[in-house]
Amino acid sequence: MKPAPFGYRRPGSLAEALTAYADASDAKIGAGGQSLIPLLSMRLASVAELIDINGIEELSRITVSEDGVRFGATVRHSDLLAHEQVAAVQPMIPAALHHVAHATIRNRGTTVGSIVHADASGEMPTVFALLDGRLTVQSVRGTRELAAPELFIGPLETSLAADEIATEVFLPALAPRHGVAFDEIARRHGDYALVGVGAVVGLDADGAIASVRAGYVSVSEVPTVVDLGEPLVGHRGEITDDALRAAGELALSHLEPEADIHATAHYRAQLVRVLTGRVVRAAYDDAVARSNRSEGTPSNARS
Amino acid sequence: MPAPELTDVTLTVNGVQHEITVEPRRLLSDALRHDLGLTGTHVGCEHGVCGACTVLVDGKPTRACLMFAVAAQDYAITTVEGLTRPDGSLSPVQQAFKDCHGLQCGFCTPGFLTTVAAGIEENPDPTEDEARDMIAGNLCRCTGYQNIVASVLRAAELQAGESEESA
Repeated sequence: MKPAPFGYRRPGSLAEALTAYADASDAKIGAGGQSLIPLLSMRLASVAELIDINGIEELSRITVSEDGVRFGATVRHSDLLAHEQVAAVQPMIPAALHHVAHATIRNRGTTVGSIVHADASGEMPTVFALLDGRLTVQSVRGTRELAAPELFIGPLETSLAADEIATEVFLPALAPRHGVAFDEIARRHGDYALVGVGAVVGLDADGAIASVRAGYVSVSEVPTVVDLGEPLVGHRGEITDDALRAAGELALSHLEPEADIHATAHYRAQLVRVLTGRVVRAAYDDAVARSNRSEGTPSNARS
Repeated sequence: MPAPELTDVTLTVNGVQHEITVEPRRLLSDALRHDLGLTGTHVGCEHGVCGACTVLVDGKPTRACLMFAVAAQDYAITTVEGLTRPDGSLSPVQQAFKDCHGLQCGFCTPGFLTTVAAGIEENPDPTEDEARDMIAGNLCRCTGYQNIVASVLRAAELQAGESEESA
């Protein structure tokens, strides 16, 4: 099918876009379009006006510092994935981006757009929540910053007001002695995950586990992060299967696996258990490897 | 109902500039086929899943059905027609698909050819696994993919041979 007719406008500056969006009724912001255009084509959504922000130069920037990664609303998934400094400062970003759709979709789709699409089956909304990211939204009324709990208020629903444009996202750097991992299981490569899990594990100065947080994809209505510290904190060396099983059960108590055409709720729950164990162990190994590496180098060499 | 809004669009396709007047809702895939007559780009699912409409946007594989023509004006578009040499001879990717029987009905082929053309530019010596990964976003219902994977590897060989000759 084809989209219903709409008007089109391509502002050259953010100020122009904000004014146009404030004045329009039933307008939508377009950047990568890899979710919006299928919705329009299948007529699950329609707009009176599409405001294309791809011409706004300042929204295409990636800025990497010791504190983290900041990227604008037209930065493509593939831009972030190809950026070496991004991977060095926050390795969770490329680890998760590899699982976002196919390379062809990543060439056009934007990471900020994916986050504000707020699909709990998408990888990047969960990563945004897991890393305590901050979203900048702007309107003619001003600017505000939102964290995941304020942003995600329902399935595919955010707290953005009708005149607010998501302009950039900041994801903090990975802290010292921390490690990450991301994995998911899908019916076919590049499909939506039946279940996806990302984990961040932190170690104390003696190498024992100090913190474990995991974010979940496709098993809740909104992107959900669970603190898995209780069964795991204090562990050192090989993590026991019992502790990982307990972590999986703890995670499930915060999630709502549902049945659909692709998987039963029971199977999804089993995938939560299996992937939690696998990903937490991988993130722990990553934390150990990073701690060992940074001990071998002067602390000021790390940036 | 008011008359639909029309807009002038300049598309640069295979190095040639085209001026068309279309509605903003005109998909790039439809603009290529209906307005420019470049019917090499095929339209399958029309929502980004099948990969048949894949074209190169500034050299990067992109779904033509997930872009509006009006938003494609800043880029150099390459369709399957643009892969063929000016003298009409086949490019390494096209030759490899022919040699290795990388197609049967041919419907999905334009999307594979554009994707693989960009893929072996980025990775000139893919392993079999990398070849499979390269084509993971394109569906083929005839071949079972084995001959397509062989075609990717052969295309890389042909391309490497050519760059040696020209060196």
